[in-house]
Amino acid sequence: MIKDILNLDYTPFLISFKLASVTTLSLFIIALPLAWWLSRTNSKIKPFIEAFSALPLVLPPSVLGFYLLTLFSKNSIFGGFLEKFDINLLFSFSGLVVASIIYSFPFMLQPLQSGFESLNNSMIEQSFIAKKNTFTTIFKVALPNIKPSLLTALIVTFAHTIGEFGVVLMVGGSIPSETKVASVAIYEMVEIMDYKSAHIYSAIMLILSFFVLFSVYIFNKKSKV
Amino acid sequence: MIKVDINHPNISAKFEIKNGEFLTIIGDSGSGKTTLLRVLAGLESAKGTIEVDNLFWLNNKHSLPPQKRSIGFVMQDYALFENMRVIDNLLYVNSDINLADRLLKIVELTNFKDRYPKNLSGGQKQRVALIRSIMLKPKLLLLDEPLSALHSTLRETLQNSILKLHKEFDLTTVMVTHNPQEIYKMADRVIKIERGKITDIKTLNKKHSLPKALLLDKVSNNKTYQLIVDIKGSQYTINTSKDKFNQYKIGELLELKI
Repeated sequence: MIKDILNLDYTPFLISFKLASVTTLSLFIIALPLAWWLSRTNSKIKPFIEAFSALPLVLPPSVLGFYLLTLFSKNSIFGGFLEKFDINLLFSFSGLVVASIIYSFPFMLQPLQSGFESLNNSMIEQSFIAKKNTFTTIFKVALPNIKPSLLTALIVTFAHTIGEFGVVLMVGGSIPSETKVASVAIYEMVEIMDYKSAHIYSAIMLILSFFVLFSVYIFNKKSKV
Repeated sequence: MIKVDINHPNISAKFEIKNGEFLTIIGDSGSGKTTLLRVLAGLESAKGTIEVDNLFWLNNKHSLPPQKRSIGFVMQDYALFENMRVIDNLLYVNSDINLADRLLKIVELTNFKDRYPKNLSGGQKQRVALIRSIMLKPKLLLLDEPLSALHSTLRETLQNSILKLHKEFDLTTVMVTHNPQEIYKMADRVIKIERGKITDIKTLNKKHSLPKALLLDKVSNNKTYQLIVDIKGSQYTINTSKDKFNQYKIGELLELKI
């Protein structure tokens, strides 16, 4: 048994973690200004943006995967445009990153936005009065005061990206050492009836996921005290 | 000289403040006092003009953001940075550590400088908010009932501190207050606001204009002792000591001490 565990190829896990790390970092940079803006605006387009960004929560991953496939295809305007720069997002790691960013978007945006909305606005105003710009205010005052929301956003985005399957399979396929992530690897193991490997992979996923979520809840409980 | 002529749905006001002047604003709650301070700070948009030493903070072309005005603002909810210790709250505004230490000493909080705001009492928070607002040596200091959470002894000490800082840093100060002691002790002029309009502007000649207060009622819970008084038709609550509380009789005319 131990021999089986040691001999298994863990590259798909590494790809999963690489994908989750790049996605989480990119999403933090993209979602942060949007979450800040949404938390402070009364704009009429706010509900539209909120609804649009929450779509990945309710759409079947296959629908999202299908649209992304269409979008990334060389026959589409977007895919054709990228082709000119020799960029092909289909069945590539970069394509997986773009798909994951879209798929995990609400998991980063929503905790950050609700965290910012719960902040005492006078604290933000005091930072502006102290002649600090928005960037400094966000990083020195806003984010440190919403640590539980920040951690939830980062961890849940990371975990959700590790756990995605449908979109990844459709957009990335299953190219070993390139786009074959852990969840896809398990699917293939089951298909070829290699249940032993599937068990080991699934157990690792289960235990990792539990401890990630467990640590978030422990941290959030501590910061409430 | 600060010339203010502003129009906001909650308040329309036209007045001037001389450099170095101490102006107080009185009025019922909801009359627009806080909104006026927020417009002066640039936290609320308004029409009209705010001219400060020939520089327009607000006119029909632009409105300077709070960062580009020179403002100190003590808000009613203190608004301390919860993630920073007391000393860091001060140094975030201005990294002058000598000034921070000096101000902490003035408000007797030197021993509390490493505490986080959540471990401070209301009065301590209020004092931190007060000295934080002075860290930038602002052109205009706005105080929204800055001493309301303090008991009477500390209140008097802090009134003296504010006056001292006001003079020392050559501040121009606008303070909202309900406390008549504060008005007569600190203010050069009083502006009265009713329903979003200025209804009275008075210059106080401190030597002669001490009004007498008619004692209407006495309220005590054995911890605090308050006198309800009438001064020129307006009612005020004054904190007092147990001895004085027992000494005064309802219906008596009291001299306000400064």
